[in-house]
Amino acid sequence: MNVPADLRYATTHEWIRIEGDTITVGITDHAQSELTDIVYAEPPKVGAEVKSGQTAAVVESVKAASDIYAPVSGTVTEVNAELSSNPALLNTDPFGQGWIWKMKPSVSGESEALLSPEAYAAQIS
Amino acid sequence: MSDPATLKHSPLEAAHVSCGARMVEFGGWYMPVQYSGIIDEHKAVRSASGMFDISHMGEVTVSGPGALAWLETLLTNRVGKLALARGQYSLMLDERGGVIDDLILYRSGEREYFLVINAACRDLDLEWMRSRLPADGSVVLKDLGDNYAAIALQGPDSERILRALAPGCEVPKRNGISPLPGFEGAVPSLLARTGYTGEDGFELFVPVAKGEALWSALLAAGVKPCGLGCRDTLRLEMGYPLNGSDLSRDRTPLEAGLGKFVSLDDPEKPDFSGRATLESQRRGGLPSTLVPFKLSVQGPPLRAHYPVLSEGKVVGETSSGALSPTLGEGIAMAYLPVALSVPATSLEIEVRGRRYPAIVTTLPFYKKPAA
Repeated sequence: MNVPADLRYATTHEWIRIEGDTITVGITDHAQSELTDIVYAEPPKVGAEVKSGQTAAVVESVKAASDIYAPVSGTVTEVNAELSSNPALLNTDPFGQGWIWKMKPSVSGESEALLSPEAYAAQIS
Repeated sequence: MSDPATLKHSPLEAAHVSCGARMVEFGGWYMPVQYSGIIDEHKAVRSASGMFDISHMGEVTVSGPGALAWLETLLTNRVGKLALARGQYSLMLDERGGVIDDLILYRSGEREYFLVINAACRDLDLEWMRSRLPADGSVVLKDLGDNYAAIALQGPDSERILRALAPGCEVPKRNGISPLPGFEGAVPSLLARTGYTGEDGFELFVPVAKGEALWSALLAAGVKPCGLGCRDTLRLEMGYPLNGSDLSRDRTPLEAGLGKFVSLDDPEKPDFSGRATLESQRRGGLPSTLVPFKLSVQGPPLRAHYPVLSEGKVVGETSSGALSPTLGEGIAMAYLPVALSVPATSLEIEVRGRRYPAIVTTLPFYKKPAA
């Protein structure tokens, strides 16, 4: 499984990318593989306040709906509009075009408390 | 998931694992839900061929001089109209008309019948049947569920594949049966031209010891292994009911829209379990009916147990639902008041607190294009 070295990870299989004061959130390669064919994605709304560890989005495979948890708390600034017409991006490019939302974090230290790539790789091995 | 150690296992489990199956619990069994992917498998069955392990289903034979008369009292469809080597869909009801199981009954001999029952209710079905056997020994019931491995070969290429697999095999017409040469053993092999996908296809019942050889031969012929995931989307596109979801002890076959498998008007059909309730429903009207509908907009996949609304009021919940892989639309069924069953009636479906418009349609959801 691909676990990019420049990201941090939640135990619930979301990743974050930190660029300045913006955090991009998606699901990991391991998560998409477990979920199988993703046919629907429901990202949060722009402007929504999300709380770390709480449901912020839903993705659905043919078989099941799965909650996606906010890895950190903050305000949603942008959502990936491509996912509504092409939810399979979550399967084919989970760390790239399959990103789900961007946000401004509101609680300092939460990002740092997430898993390192090494620790996440160990969790899913 | 339940601990696999507590579940029942298919004789084909090793074959599934070597085909890369993802295994899940289903009806007390440890079964493949998918291999390459539900959508890929679904499309293979609609366009070419796929195979499903159906060894979890139960096989029961009923024979003896009293077999026909006894089955008539047990099942809704008139058994006496079945010609030799033909099959029929039927229902087994409790005294109140509720569905215990839906099944296929084949007339495998002059006085012998071969029943295929659902996995999740095998024990219950057998208990129900045994408790009603006549005391005089005129009916012999045998549970052969553990003696058979069974594979459903489904899709437009099925006949070509079957002919190559079993040359000299007498290929039956739709709903007919014949022996499957080359796969004989401790129990007779049986080839039935039936299925649960809406495509042409066969259900192959072979002795357990021949199961892996049959699976391997089909795999070598290019048939795609298919799991329970696409079995569900394929059957729902056709509007075929699933016992435990669309059928239950709380609903009658008339409510489920299965009246044509209930021989109420056949003067030769004697009394059967549940008949009085069905007749009173026919006189007094149905309390609800299974209604098929589609989402009118792009939306989330529909699933069972989503609230269904009419004019802002909850009127029922979905019994089955899916994002149809063939149509790309949300499809579902729900038991609703009869007045809401008219095609083109507007409904709403609630998914995670949001309401989506839907419209009543007719079955099947998917109509195969003319060849």
